[in-house]
Amino acid sequence: MYDIRKTYSASSVSEALRLLLENDGATIISGGTDVMIRLKERKLKQAVLISIANITELKGIAVRENGDIAIGAGTTFDEIYRSEIIRECVPALAFAANQVGSPQIRHVATIGGNICNGAVSADGVPVLLAYDSCLEIAGVSGIRTQTLSGFHTGPGKVNLDQSSELLTTIVIPRAEYEGYFAAYYKFGQRNAMEIATLGCAVCLRLSADKKSIDELRIAVSVAAPTPLRCRKTEARLRGAPLTNQTIAALRKGVLSEVQPRDSWRASRQLRLQLAKELSERAFRQALETAGGEIV
Amino acid sequence: MIKIVHMHVNGTDVELGVDEGESLTDTLRNRLGLTSVKKGCEAGECGACTILLDGKSVNSCIYLTVWADGHTILTVEGLQRNPGELHPVQQAFVDEAAVQCGFCTPGLIMTGVEIANSGETYTREELRELISGHLCRCTGYENILNALEKVVGKK
Ligand SMILES: Cc1cc2nc3c(=O)[nH]c(=O)nc-3n(C[C@H](O)[C@H](O)[C@H](O)COP(=O)(O)OP(=O)(O)OC[C@H]3O[C@@H](n4cnc5c(N)ncnc54)[C@H](O)[C@@H]3O)c2cc1C
Ligand code: FES
Ligand code: FES
Repeated sequence: MYDIRKTYSASSVSEALRLLLENDGATIISGGTDVMIRLKERKLKQAVLISIANITELKGIAVRENGDIAIGAGTTFDEIYRSEIIRECVPALAFAANQVGSPQIRHVATIGGNICNGAVSADGVPVLLAYDSCLEIAGVSGIRTQTLSGFHTGPGKVNLDQSSELLTTIVIPRAEYEGYFAAYYKFGQRNAMEIATLGCAVCLRLSADKKSIDELRIAVSVAAPTPLRCRKTEARLRGAPLTNQTIAALRKGVLSEVQPRDSWRASRQLRLQLAKELSERAFRQALETAGGEIV
Repeated sequence: MIKIVHMHVNGTDVELGVDEGESLTDTLRNRLGLTSVKKGCEAGECGACTILLDGKSVNSCIYLTVWADGHTILTVEGLQRNPGELHPVQQAFVDEAAVQCGFCTPGLIMTGVEIANSGETYTREELRELISGHLCRCTGYENILNALEKVVGKK
């Protein structure tokens, strides 16, 4: 038996917000794959749960009139993996979605829960960071928008007022995905059902002649207290030619920006090695899909 | 607190009063006697508690019964058609000796049913990925994959 005092099921975003305000200390629950584990481990007790799983406006993936991709926070990883829109416009996200847990977990676990849980290892986050995604958050005074970059403020901490706010939508702006190619690499101790030891997503756009980097974004997980963008390296490599020197600079740059720690899962040394290795692999793969070649 | 839920379980409509903190595993086992649903890790890792919820495999151990209100559930008990006749996935597990202690088997059968219902064929590698939410401590998985290949056909 889980230690639950009361459960609610909201049928709209406004009802969920009202229930949050009426119930001090209540917890929003979507797929529950993180919250139920917290309950099981008794990190959460006497819980009052507000389920958002039945809110249809939080589900599904659509292309907005302006071309932005809007993913409802309640969309499951299985739905993301199968979505034609995602496969066509941001295929690296479909790939990352399929790296989460197991089929059973992906049937219920949501992208919104993955982001709001704040885990530094979340598989949904690096690719979305590399696509410079935005979040739409509903609160009593309406919707506010903020970039995903900066949303994570510490291990398990995000810039969301849990007593009055709800993540509704993840937006991948058209300008941030059109012409871009991305790849995600995750290292775990096993091939499936494994929390990332380290993950890296690279998203790039090539120059018109496909001979140099026009835009570059690198996102690394489990390499700092929060998922991280390597902005200095990105800036340094903008305009760089597609050479082995550029790859060496990428490895060196990423290494200088990450600050992993020792944990029972892996040592700092292993993570430093993985940061170099996975950023190169993700870069090479993104480059290949973009039709670029190392000369 | 007790809440009333309505579910369609193994072909029958049921109405039950359940505790809000009750997992679907506990409701199916203790209130409905469906003991094919096993309790392993109770943390979403091992797949022993796998059931089909609206046709999709779900770990019932980390799923609250109150969330299943209005939904359709299938467990191994619901696979029997005529007395003495096994579902093709069950029969394949028997034929390929995919069962040793049997603790993981009901969960794997349900994932197998979901795979078979998809109507698609898969490579062995894809099947391996599709059963990655199950742990089997006995068989080494090879016979399980043989059984699944037999049911869904090789790609
Ligand atoms: C066996 C197992 C394996 C796993 N493997 C992986 C893995 O490989 N990779 C990975 O990244 N994760 C993994 N996870 C973790 C988990 O499945 C994911 O983080 C999942 O995406 C969480 O989504 P959820 O809908 O289940 O979240 P929930 O548990 O419902 O919620 C998580 C947190 O987010 C909050 N929240 C949820 N939705 C919203 C919203 N719309 N607005 C505001 N707050 C919200 C909740 O209040 C809670 O604090 C695994 C979990 C289990 C149990
Ligand atoms: S008992 Fe549910 S996954 Fe192990
Ligand atoms: S047969 Fe014993 S755990 Fe699979």
